[in-house]
Amino acid sequence: MAIHTLAVLVENSPGVLARVASLFSRRGYNIDSLAVGPTENPKVSRMTIVLNLEGHALDQVSAQLFKLVNVIGISEMKDSDSLKREILLVKVVNTPATKEIVSKHKAVISDEAAGTISIEAVGQSSEIEALLKELRPHGIRELVQSGLVALERGDKTLADRTLSTMGTANESNPNSSTADYQN
Amino acid sequence: MSKINGAQSLVNALEAAGVEVMFGIPGGAILPAYDPIFDSKIRHILVRHEQGAGHAATGYAQATGKVGVCIATSGPGATNLVTPLADAQMDSVPIVAITGQVPGPAIGTDAFQEADIRGVTMPVTKHNYLITDPADIPRAIAEAFHIASTGRPGAVLVDIAKDALQKETTFNYPKNVSLAGYNPVMEPKSEAISDAAALISQSKKPVLYVGGGVIKANAAKELLALAELTGVPVVTTLMARGAFPDSHKQHLGMPGMHGTVAAVTALQKADLLITLGARFDDRVTGKLSSFAPNAKIIHADIDPAEIGKNRHADVAVVGDLKNILRALVPATKAALAKSAPDLTPWLNEVYGWRKKFPLGYDTPSDGSVSPQYVIERIGKISGPDTIFAAGVGQHQMWASQFIGYEKPRTWLNSGGLGTMGYAVPAAMGAKVGAPDTTVWAIDGDGCFQMTNQELVTCALNNIPIKVAVINNESLGMVRQWQTLFYNQRYSNTDLHSKRIPDFKMLAEAMGCVGLRCETPGDVDKTIEAAMAINDRPVVVDFNVHRDAMVWPMVAAGTSNDDITVARSMAPVWDSQEL
Repeated sequence: MAIHTLAVLVENSPGVLARVASLFSRRGYNIDSLAVGPTENPKVSRMTIVLNLEGHALDQVSAQLFKLVNVIGISEMKDSDSLKREILLVKVVNTPATKEIVSKHKAVISDEAAGTISIEAVGQSSEIEALLKELRPHGIRELVQSGLVALERGDKTLADRTLSTMGTANESNPNSSTADYQN
Repeated sequence: MSKINGAQSLVNALEAAGVEVMFGIPGGAILPAYDPIFDSKIRHILVRHEQGAGHAATGYAQATGKVGVCIATSGPGATNLVTPLADAQMDSVPIVAITGQVPGPAIGTDAFQEADIRGVTMPVTKHNYLITDPADIPRAIAEAFHIASTGRPGAVLVDIAKDALQKETTFNYPKNVSLAGYNPVMEPKSEAISDAAALISQSKKPVLYVGGGVIKANAAKELLALAELTGVPVVTTLMARGAFPDSHKQHLGMPGMHGTVAAVTALQKADLLITLGARFDDRVTGKLSSFAPNAKIIHADIDPAEIGKNRHADVAVVGDLKNILRALVPATKAALAKSAPDLTPWLNEVYGWRKKFPLGYDTPSDGSVSPQYVIERIGKISGPDTIFAAGVGQHQMWASQFIGYEKPRTWLNSGGLGTMGYAVPAAMGAKVGAPDTTVWAIDGDGCFQMTNQELVTCALNNIPIKVAVINNESLGMVRQWQTLFYNQRYSNTDLHSKRIPDFKMLAEAMGCVGLRCETPGDVDKTIEAAMAINDRPVVVDFNVHRDAMVWPMVAAGTSNDDITVARSMAPVWDSQEL
């Protein structure tokens, strides 16, 4: 089992999410999470896709994705050189113990009712996991989580690499373990 | 700029895209477009079923290299195009389908004749569009033709809402198409070319594994140059028949499930496969893990996603095959000048297999007609300038084996999707594209009954194709598998088509000449009679022996090492060959 995170720039056109979902479905690729949203460019949306690759090469997945006409650029977001965040909203019983867990994990109580508190947390997957692990014995009433979003560290942006240059897919080393597809 | 309606804008755009002919059927949602079509210089051929329109567009595209166009209405008209779209996409054939859609405000309401054809065809097209604003029509058409015909060619659908066809707009055809996410790589990287040339110059047992991409790239001449420079033996896949002359001394024939022993075995024993526009399809590789176990792979293709999909590539060369081969020939020449291994032992071996295990067939002892003989004679009498379109099944395999192909675009078939019923409409499309060329559909009695109504279209539109129905009164390939793998239990494969329908009368009812041949002695004169008819379509019902089988065969899912020459007969190798 190998988990990979891909940042995918797509044209902001109708049906583009369906095209990506249809591709993953028909080729049997497993998606762990998918987050889509606007970018600094109104014509471009960005998807962050967390993939559980079993029996599929990351390069093959990227190459198939890159064949979609609306896909502009793809880059793998590695843990070492990118920021990765998830959002958690969770409703738990309102007790001093649960409030203490919230402050310990630097989460925020966004709503407080007689019986429950609603907690908001932003962090890396491991941080969210750790918070949930402590809350679980106290009874989680309701839980909602966003897909992961990722941003490269440093001065470079994905758009710099994909939109400004007329590059090519990395055909020089198609069997490499990294995927970086640009147009 | 003067105001026109969306329909006129569509027709103007199709004319601007260079469309000469389109195949279609009108209906409610597309009706506005048919009014300006009436006055257009584009020839519109009214088919009898939308599937026929789609395959005709494909046959036209395969025969001419141009983009084929089909047009249909919403709902059932559009869904009837799904099979030919999937077919064209699988075989990388450039076609554009135009469909009418219910009016914009009705979309999503389950309106009469509404089908979400953009959603339906997403997995079976290269790209597709839903247009609801008439101002978007010219750009969508320009992009559709650009996407269909460039890079790895494919099928594109443009679905247009009826009200977009009716509303006023101005016509503005884009001079250039620029798509942020679509820039196919045309020029190969020079390092990849030199790596490939180096591998070729080091290999002692190379094979040129040639796929349909060579025909798509119009690179047959360049392939011939590379083959003759290196002396490497050539195999041509089902999609590549005609890319390299069958009569050439380096040709080993077709690889794969029903390939020649020499072609299959050469791939298995090779130390290098020079793969050109081929995709390691399961019908070629057999059990993938045992395919060409000792071979290094050069994989040249325009589609980067094919590299490493099924088989690891040692050298990947992405680009247009014509450009690749133009670069590879001088690079290989230079590399061979430094080191040129002696290929003689390898060539002796592979040409020995070719001599020892030629393609062949039995003559039925009961005096009935052998189907392979019919197909072989059609090929001989009609000659290498003829275009042949086959359906899918035994007759398709025999037509790939027993007709000699010398030129690209003379062999049309449904290789990837395996669409029964492809032959008649595809032959129709090919004949429209190449009216001075003899076009034969080699069809089976099962396939013929799926799409033969297009013979009415042919008869009424002066499209005089010739159809050979290889009538073994059964779904022959399925029957062959029942014979081999299901204890001769012939469940639902008996078509009784020597009794019903009467193909000769059916042909005549559709305005064609109907002929029948029932004895081996009549085969030649029946073919010659068919060849002499050029003012009408002609259908020949060849009654053939029903137990004939396609050999050699590598059973599905088994290793190519287990090729069978004929039933229960593996090749007998000399000990040093194993």
